[in-house]
Amino acid sequence: MGWLGETVDSVKSIQIRQLLTQAISLVCCLIGMIVTSSLIIWKALICVTGSESPVVVVLSESMEPGFQRGDILFLHMSKDPIRAGEIVVFNIDGRDIPIVHRVIKVHERKNTGEVDVLTKGDNNPGDDRLLYAKGQLWLHRHHIMGRAVGFLPYVGWVTIIMTEKPIIKYILIGALGLLVISSRD
Amino acid sequence: MHSFGYRANALLTFSVTALAFICAIASFSDKFSNQNPSAEIQILNINRLKKQSYGNDEVSLTLDISADLQSLFTWNTKQVFAFVAAEYETSKNSLNQVSLWDVIIPDKEHAKFRIQTSNKYRFIDQGHNLRGREFNLTLHWHVMPKTGKMLADKIVMPGYSLPDAYK
Repeated sequence: MGWLGETVDSVKSIQIRQLLTQAISLVCCLIGMIVTSSLIIWKALICVTGSESPVVVVLSESMEPGFQRGDILFLHMSKDPIRAGEIVVFNIDGRDIPIVHRVIKVHERKNTGEVDVLTKGDNNPGDDRLLYAKGQLWLHRHHIMGRAVGFLPYVGWVTIIMTEKPIIKYILIGALGLLVISSRD
Repeated sequence: MHSFGYRANALLTFSVTALAFICAIASFSDKFSNQNPSAEIQILNINRLKKQSYGNDEVSLTLDISADLQSLFTWNTKQVFAFVAAEYETSKNSLNQVSLWDVIIPDKEHAKFRIQTSNKYRFIDQGHNLRGREFNLTLHWHVMPKTGKMLADKIVMPGYSLPDAYK
């Protein structure tokens, strides 16, 4: 019975090795493809919309009821001058979360074309001077990353959940990995 | 090939694609709506035209705003954001836009209105250019859809002016 045991052992070991090889190659291939294609789509969007951040997720309630938390905004940045009423996305020096608010005041210089802009969230009682950097009264063109031109409701919740509860991110990745391994053909 | 995983994946991909397609069509259907909004603004009173302690001119006024924006609402409209801005030119600035008053219109019933109000936001110049200044009052509106592309337009009403002296 020694050789039977040996054969069984060798068969089992081949299966385990095959399983491991397939699993690793599938996971690497799939993750590689997903990551690469996402990157390609993201970079293409940046090119097409002319904005560094072509898509943002609405994080606060300052633009309700128009934009709710979890909505996705599509941005576009063109050379057109900034005018009152436009919804712009801007960064404050020293903070890394972009803010999406509406322009309520514009003062454009004759000679240089430079512009002073004041913004306010629709749902906020006062304008954004409290949010700007200390001593800053106006936004300028270089602060503004894009204009909101369209939006999709609710889709951004995926990002918010994964940021605020990272455990869900790990569960999702784990489940994806399991799915890939178990669906070898 | 017919395992649960494959079927779930196919279903999910198809439903997401179908949803995206429906959203695009909903947004596209807005192009066919016939829109003819109207508005009229009167200045009831210039309450105050003064020079602030640290330099800039400021004006406070009372407006009578009447508008009919009902034709802007389609089945894909979530809300309309309307605001009145004073627009004028000065020697230093080619354009000044100062929002005086705004409103969020959630549905068609509220889109026809008449309101008398003093300016919600302070009308402050960059400098001392407001005495005798002529300006336009423009009613802007931004239509925010339930899904898709946002749309904006305006009605320009020229011919308003401020008093020649501080008061």
